[in-house]
Amino acid sequence: MPLTAVRFGATVTAESPATTTAPIVSVRSLDAYFAATRAVRDVSLDLVEGQVTAIIGPSGCGKSTLLRCLNRMHETVPSAHTEGEVLLEGKDIYARGVNPIEVRRRIGMVFQRPTPFPTMSIRDNVIAGFRAAGPAAPTRGEQHDIAESSLRRAALWDEVKDRLHESATALSGGQQQRLCIARALATKPRVLLLDEPTASLDPLSSQKVEELVYELRGDVTIVIVTHNMQQAARVSDRTAFMLLGELVEAAPTSRLFTSPVDERTESYITGRFG
Amino acid sequence: MIGLTVVAALLATLPLLLILTLLLKQGASSLNVAFFTAMPKPVGEVGGGMANAMLGTVMLIGVASAIGLPFGIGAGLYLAEHKAEPLAAVVRFLSDVLNGLPSIVVGIFAWQFLVRPVKHFSALAGGIALGVMMIPLVTRTTEEMVRLVPDALREAALALGFSRWRTSLTVVLRTALSGIVTGALVAVARIAGETAPLLFTAFGNQFWSTSLTQPVSALPLQIFTYAISPYDEWHALAWAGALVLLALVLVVSLIAKFVTRPRFGSGSD
Repeated sequence: MPLTAVRFGATVTAESPATTTAPIVSVRSLDAYFAATRAVRDVSLDLVEGQVTAIIGPSGCGKSTLLRCLNRMHETVPSAHTEGEVLLEGKDIYARGVNPIEVRRRIGMVFQRPTPFPTMSIRDNVIAGFRAAGPAAPTRGEQHDIAESSLRRAALWDEVKDRLHESATALSGGQQQRLCIARALATKPRVLLLDEPTASLDPLSSQKVEELVYELRGDVTIVIVTHNMQQAARVSDRTAFMLLGELVEAAPTSRLFTSPVDERTESYITGRFG
Repeated sequence: MIGLTVVAALLATLPLLLILTLLLKQGASSLNVAFFTAMPKPVGEVGGGMANAMLGTVMLIGVASAIGLPFGIGAGLYLAEHKAEPLAAVVRFLSDVLNGLPSIVVGIFAWQFLVRPVKHFSALAGGIALGVMMIPLVTRTTEEMVRLVPDALREAALALGFSRWRTSLTVVLRTALSGIVTGALVAVARIAGETAPLLFTAFGNQFWSTSLTQPVSALPLQIFTYAISPYDEWHALAWAGALVLLALVLVVSLIAKFVTRPRFGSGSD
């Protein structure tokens, strides 16, 4: 599939309507700390509904930390805390009285390494998010439908439909990662956070995950942290470049990679550091 | 050098083999159906068994597990999930001390608080004494097993909207479950043969007793009583009892080994 060609064609058109619609997530003056260390510094960033936003930058620049602030996972690390606001559909997820568990159900996350639950079957992994929901859990019939539709959305259904009750750990790394995406999609989150989702995968599996990200755009708002600039260029509508905890520049992907405004962005994308 | 370690390894298993041979030689002849079904007989009468002692051992293990498992697993889960907290370090240290405490001391403790106030021995007191001994064993194995669960799984569960306690119960504990069950079985095997803490708690009983508030016999107590007696037929029964106790420990250990096999076999299901 000529992914790159399709991608660059699409980004040009994505530019104009993007600025007019209200952002689904709006990060306002966000600081994130590990004890006294400030890992994210005064970041403001808007995520446009249905778009794919890539966050790039060298190791330790705070891109994963920023991502983890978007669903309140950052604070699960002892001594970590945040300052500033993250608005999800206009409401601050850090406001007093907001339950982080509710936030995480509405904003899904997939990690660098696949994390299927080893004691659960493939099917049970997909619907695991509903176990957390308690009384609102769907019936058995609904569960099956949800499992099937989620696996289809994650482009995994055809590969696993005959072994839904087998262990998820028997799948390959790439399949496990798509299973994790299916699991994150099952509860129908508005936003999906991907933290270097292809970093532990082989090139072919990586390509499948990239294609999946491409397929999901429009349907769900995606933020993808990646080390790989080519990947950011292929899959994203907008790219944000971070350095030393600061957001240096965020722009439509094609523009950021062709005519960056900031000198530091240019140095990074031309390979002068990082 | 390698040859020496092989010799050491073989010597390490030698005691078990010697004990097994000895017990088989001395005890097997007294082992029959009656040994498991009959009550002890007075001195001079031939035959008799240890049915009441076996029932007592089952009762004592039951009471001990009811105390040792929930507290041990709970404490182990706490230690593993909050390993950095100062309280965890204190609990871990005290748990190790309790583990190293001579069992007779646990027996005296149980006697002081559970036997003296009510003025009679009981199965409950013996079971609680054994339960107290079980707690640190289960705590440490649970902690080790839970620590083996990768942090990435906890993160994944939290990111799916699991609360912390639900993450611990449905993901962490379930992933570590087979290891925890093994630890529990090993702890059961350990306390099944304990004698000292029962001497002045469960005390022993010649009769059939199913009451938790009454003294009760147990295999190791009965072996002790018979072994220090001057009668040959009782000595033979003591050997048979010891053989049964060893078999019990062996069976529990085998079950423990079976349980640790992964739930989803590699293609076998």
